[in-house]
Amino acid sequence: MNKSLRDYKSDFYVFDANTSLVYMDSAATTLRPKKVVDALSDYSKYHHANVHRGAYKLSYEATQCYDLSRKEIKKFIGGNKDGELIFTYGATDSINLLMRSFIDMEFLGMGDSIVLSIYEHHSNLVPWQYLAQKTGATLKYIYDFDDLSVIDENTKIVSVTLMSNATGFRTPIQTLVDKSREVGAYIIGDGAQIIGHEKIDVSDLDLDFFVFSGHKMFGPTGIGGLYGKKNILEKLMPYRFGGDMIEYVKEQSSTYDEIPGKFEAGTPNIEGVVGLLSAIEYMKLVGLKEISEHVSCLRDYARVELEKLNFVSIIESGNQSGPIISFQIQDVHPHDVASILDNSHIAVRAGHHCAQPLMKYLNIQGTTRISFQIYNSYEDIDQFIEALKTVRSWLGYGT
Amino acid sequence: MIYTDVIMEYSKDDTFKKKLSHSTHHEHGHNPSCGDDLELELIIEDNLIKEAAFTGSGCAISMASTAMMCELITGETVDKAKQKVSAFLNLIKSEVEESDVEELLEDALILGNIKHMPARVKCAVLAWRTLAEVLN
Repeated sequence: MNKSLRDYKSDFYVFDANTSLVYMDSAATTLRPKKVVDALSDYSKYHHANVHRGAYKLSYEATQCYDLSRKEIKKFIGGNKDGELIFTYGATDSINLLMRSFIDMEFLGMGDSIVLSIYEHHSNLVPWQYLAQKTGATLKYIYDFDDLSVIDENTKIVSVTLMSNATGFRTPIQTLVDKSREVGAYIIGDGAQIIGHEKIDVSDLDLDFFVFSGHKMFGPTGIGGLYGKKNILEKLMPYRFGGDMIEYVKEQSSTYDEIPGKFEAGTPNIEGVVGLLSAIEYMKLVGLKEISEHVSCLRDYARVELEKLNFVSIIESGNQSGPIISFQIQDVHPHDVASILDNSHIAVRAGHHCAQPLMKYLNIQGTTRISFQIYNSYEDIDQFIEALKTVRSWLGYGT
Repeated sequence: MIYTDVIMEYSKDDTFKKKLSHSTHHEHGHNPSCGDDLELELIIEDNLIKEAAFTGSGCAISMASTAMMCELITGETVDKAKQKVSAFLNLIKSEVEESDVEELLEDALILGNIKHMPARVKCAVLAWRTLAEVLN
């Protein structure tokens, strides 16, 4: 018997305006809670000011809010006094920051290796290709997590997602941290996909770096974070230069601010931070455990229903996959599946999901992907299944 | 919806989906964002397109569009084919009316509806862009 699920659609404005929407693409971006929209609006209307520590009340309050938000968000991800949270424009931006810093520091060279998994999103792949090209280091991949021999004494960086956005596969991050420690490599965890529906404790995991994006956890776009251990962040070169990341500026040279300021040049995305904080407050209100269980129930239900359809093949993703299912329909290209489902107001994603190397490794051209969040229901899945049954006949194939 | 009987028939039509034993022109076309991938082959003699064929894979829209295009240009002069390509691309960009290009495009006119589905435009124009590369 399926566990009864609460209906959270009324927490989101989009369902007020669009009652028939079945949104199953939260892996691409999550919808905006009313709470977050209202907080953003409130900030814009009444509280906006630059946070450059202006000597007037409005600026002082904005600065307070910004600094407090950093503390709260850091706490939310399990950060401790040995680490710091840098605000960035998102996970991709965070990874580029690290990559550029590593180049500037001449941290790697010929003979060294950077290790990724084959499950990585392009954002945690393409930057490292560039790093390898620039430094002469070698880029290597983990294909099977039972064999981590690719992480060895030459490995300087291990950067792996905590959950594949394409298949929902959950990587054994603790094992990867332990192996990285053994060889003395930095371990970077890409939390973009997992953070919207699971409790993350970066201190517990002992990650050297953790990256995430606000818009995948009910927050606005254009904001994200790079959490890193202070003793490492202090060694890194800044990625962006300009106002706000400096201490003293002379005509020919400057001294840089301490962390986190060192990495936050220019006026920050203040409303992004406001929105992110509000998103976290929403997640705490609903409860992380509730979100996790809700999406797990939906994933299990969807899986059972999809397995009943003989023209569907699900892309396997290990024992403990997250709330994401990638599948293929016999004879039908994912794009056609998505277009036909769109006709029934069902939003799914089709294609390679920014994971072309993974698709190549799995020997597939692309998939249709569904992903769940707190606003989804069993009824959503039922509607999706019914629409799916019509797809093949739309394209002139028998049932 | 673009998935009309006509489109569906063309997407499954194998008449032009084959490898030519010899071709005078060929071009590869692909949409990296979605995986539509095709190899277009032509036999052009005395300024006439004697045969057009393609191999590859992709969504129903891209396959139908390619088949329709091959049918349209087979037996035409290179200049006429170029006109048809322009007509199609202009139709998609809404730079011409359907009535302006009806005669030139024949059955392929129906693909013009894809402009109402912006996410699928790339699928529909892939073959035509590829052909434009070959002919120009």
